Amino acid sequence: MHRAWAGDPLLTRGIPPAYLCPEVARLWHCPEGFTFLDPSSLDSHAKSHASDAPPPRLELRGITKRFPGCLANDHVDLVLQPGEIHALLGENGAGKSTLVKMIYGVLHPDSGTLLWQGRETVVPDPAGARRLGIGMVFQHFSLFDTLTVAENIALGLDGPGPMDALSQRIRTVSERYGLALDPERHVFHLSVGERQRVEIVRCLLQDPKLLIMDEPTSVLTPQEASKLFETLRRLAAEGCTILYISHKLEEIRALCGRATVLRGGKVVGACDPRLETARGLAELMIGTELSTPERPPAGESGAARLVVKHLSTTSDNPFATSLKDVGFEVRAGEILGIAGVAGNGQAELMAALSGEALVADPASVVIEGVSSGHLGPRARRELGLAFVPEERLGRGAVPELSLSENALLSGYAREPLVRGGLVHFGRARAYAETIIKGFNVVAHGHKAEARSLSGGNLQKFIIGREILQRPKLLVVGQPTWGVDAGAAAAIHKALIGLARSGAAVLVISQDLDELFVLSDRISVLFHGRLSDSRPTHETSVERIGLLMGGLFATPPDEDGEIVRAL
Amino acid sequence: MSLIRLEPRGQASKAMVYATPLLAVALTLLSGFILFLLLGFDPVKALHAFFIDPVSSKRGIGELIVKATPLVLCAVGLAIGFRANVWNIGAEGQLTMGAIAGGGLALAFYGEGGWWLLPLMVIGGAAGGMAWAAIPAYLRIRFNASEILTSLMLTYVALLALNYLVHGPYRDPDGFAFPESRLFEADAVMPILWSGTRVHLGTAFALFAVAAGWVLIARTFIGFQIKVIGLTPAAAGYAGFDQKRIIWLSLLLSGGLAGIAGMGEIAGPIGQITPSVSPGYGFTAIIVAFLGRLHPVGILLAALLMALSFIGGEAAQIAMGLPKAITGVFQGMLLFFLLACDVLIRYRVRIGARRAVA
Repeated sequence: MHRAWAGDPLLTRGIPPAYLCPEVARLWHCPEGFTFLDPSSLDSHAKSHASDAPPPRLELRGITKRFPGCLANDHVDLVLQPGEIHALLGENGAGKSTLVKMIYGVLHPDSGTLLWQGRETVVPDPAGARRLGIGMVFQHFSLFDTLTVAENIALGLDGPGPMDALSQRIRTVSERYGLALDPERHVFHLSVGERQRVEIVRCLLQDPKLLIMDEPTSVLTPQEASKLFETLRRLAAEGCTILYISHKLEEIRALCGRATVLRGGKVVGACDPRLETARGLAELMIGTELSTPERPPAGESGAARLVVKHLSTTSDNPFATSLKDVGFEVRAGEILGIAGVAGNGQAELMAALSGEALVADPASVVIEGVSSGHLGPRARRELGLAFVPEERLGRGAVPELSLSENALLSGYAREPLVRGGLVHFGRARAYAETIIKGFNVVAHGHKAEARSLSGGNLQKFIIGREILQRPKLLVVGQPTWGVDAGAAAAIHKALIGLARSGAAVLVISQDLDELFVLSDRISVLFHGRLSDSRPTHETSVERIGLLMGGLFATPPDEDGEIVRAL
Repeated sequence: MSLIRLEPRGQASKAMVYATPLLAVALTLLSGFILFLLLGFDPVKALHAFFIDPVSSKRGIGELIVKATPLVLCAVGLAIGFRANVWNIGAEGQLTMGAIAGGGLALAFYGEGGWWLLPLMVIGGAAGGMAWAAIPAYLRIRFNASEILTSLMLTYVALLALNYLVHGPYRDPDGFAFPESRLFEADAVMPILWSGTRVHLGTAFALFAVAAGWVLIARTFIGFQIKVIGLTPAAAGYAGFDQKRIIWLSLLLSGGLAGIAGMGEIAGPIGQITPSVSPGYGFTAIIVAFLGRLHPVGILLAALLMALSFIGGEAAQIAMGLPKAITGVFQGMLLFFLLACDVLIRYRVRIGARRAVA
């Protein structure tokens, strides 16, 4: 019966071929069950204590990959030993993801050699990578919300076997590695951290010798992250090699024994991150000195620019998080930060503030003293709102259009770019040039298509476009998500500057470090509810982290089970 | 892993984007040459009969323009909608409604017309087309009903309505029960712009639509909104562009232009209301819009080309006894080569398994 549905073409059609892997089938024919300890890794451990050193788990020699118009990897060498946790560092566009995609068989190098356990190997595709024992947990999960954990994992395996046995194996693995997971639960019930565990368990069931983790903690609370670190350390102790990609340098210093730094597609250094400061690592990545933004103390707080009272939303989408009685205010001259793990109502709050979704009670969103709940985005912009959405490409900018057309996209409301129904293209061009110059956007002039910019540069452009409209109120979602250290510092500086010049700024972000750099006050959004705000200097990452996990003063309602699961 | 794969190229070159229609025409001519050769006709003579003879007289050129006029009017309106992801494929029905409304006015004021009758008929024709396009617009906005289905189905309603009217209320009382209206009086007929041909005032409307369409697309803020909605609806929502307004605008505009085209047919070359007002101009206009790259000037050229394939096919049938299907074959080849060139500009073909790494 299980085979029938696992082979159902309708169900498997949505699965990327990456997850269809035949090699797991052999596990089910193993008479004594199976072990997750790879015998060969134990061998190599044993050997490492002997005189002759074992071959490295993976060695890359002179890997080069060229894309039209850019050299993504230029003679990259990398050696990963069995049982080590190795960090791969670099700014956006340094070539990290190209490199790991080649290790995982998604891309293929133009030249260079890959040695797997000392033997020259070609990784034809992700299925082949898994056959070798390479697993990868991607930043974005590929799970079906309406299926259970066990069903999701079965869909990723070629011969999942009887469901009962699979569930049992999932339980065994999750207990063994401290990854609490109930195989019978539906994925839409799970928190983001639990979803990640599903992906990790799926990899572990395939008995990996090398596990690649792409920015795994960007969606986790600090507490969830430290649980993940325990799991990873345990895996490493058992001989599994972990290649760890992250922007969070403190994390890398706590977790990794070695780090390789990429810049512009080349290896520019390798170090022991435990012996470096986070600042030193960042400067190695960007190649110049890092300027950290300073946040001068907030002056007298001004008038309330944005007042949200009793904001509740409903949605037709069963997977949306409804806001429940959210209330806060943002005053002129201050930055309010809203923390929270993605999926706790951030998207709904952003839409309710921008005007993309109208709310039932017009008085629940008041901008500049005007009840705005029934106003569309254009009318709200005319009141002085500027807005930076979370998705840069596809919402904040149109990928196929030039920068001057993208400057017009939101600039029309407050800049004189349209006259008598006709677009003043000269002014739009000049406005784009002003943004490019003022915010050091690296681009081939105003004619460059938005999609040709790197994430950090496009974000600088979008934030510049909004700030140069001299807004009275700026709402920003994830200002530096996936943006490299240099651009992030510039964006933080611009946001602080805007607030100190008298605008009210609301930052909604998952990145606690960022919120502690930027915010004067911090609130936490959890399951559609917003905590009271606390002045940043009176709280700590740990306290906010607990709130992000749902430990509000008010007793949790039907969502209490999530708290338990943490 | 398949043996033949398409790999995206970095960026399609601008020059090639404009050159592909010409390349497609050249390939069509080449294939036509081979086709005629295989059929046992003299290919040079056949191609001459198909493409040169029809336009080697003043009358022939006039006919070309007469046929291209409704195609241009319909296609310009459709292209504006297509750019905004509004898929009005019922231009044929809107054209028919324009003919019914405009022609109805001509019959209503039969015998008492004046200089004001023709302008009134133009307004009536546009209003008829707009009203017919307003139905899918309302259904799309109110009930999220696909305008592809509703506009297409309404086409058949309009054709049946026309059929009913010419068999009933519109029928010529002195016409021996033939299903035709009276011949329009002089006040209700489009003036001829080029004497010796049938080129009428509708052509001026078509040229005006090309110019106005270009300004709308390239210069106005509405045109910019249409572009953004078509490319990235989420970005349009973020920017506060009103999608409902654009749906109304593009459907009313294309309906109105199609209505004028239909009115121009009955008040121009036909001169009365007959059961078939159009040989499918409203549908061919969809091809014309895409062949012209949804650009008004491109549409003008594409409409002339499609009109040539219509009258060339007829001429070749008469002159050389070629089968009737030859028109469809040439139109099909043209589209096939255009689409093939498009694919090859954006992708390159790789044959064989993915290159393994040495």
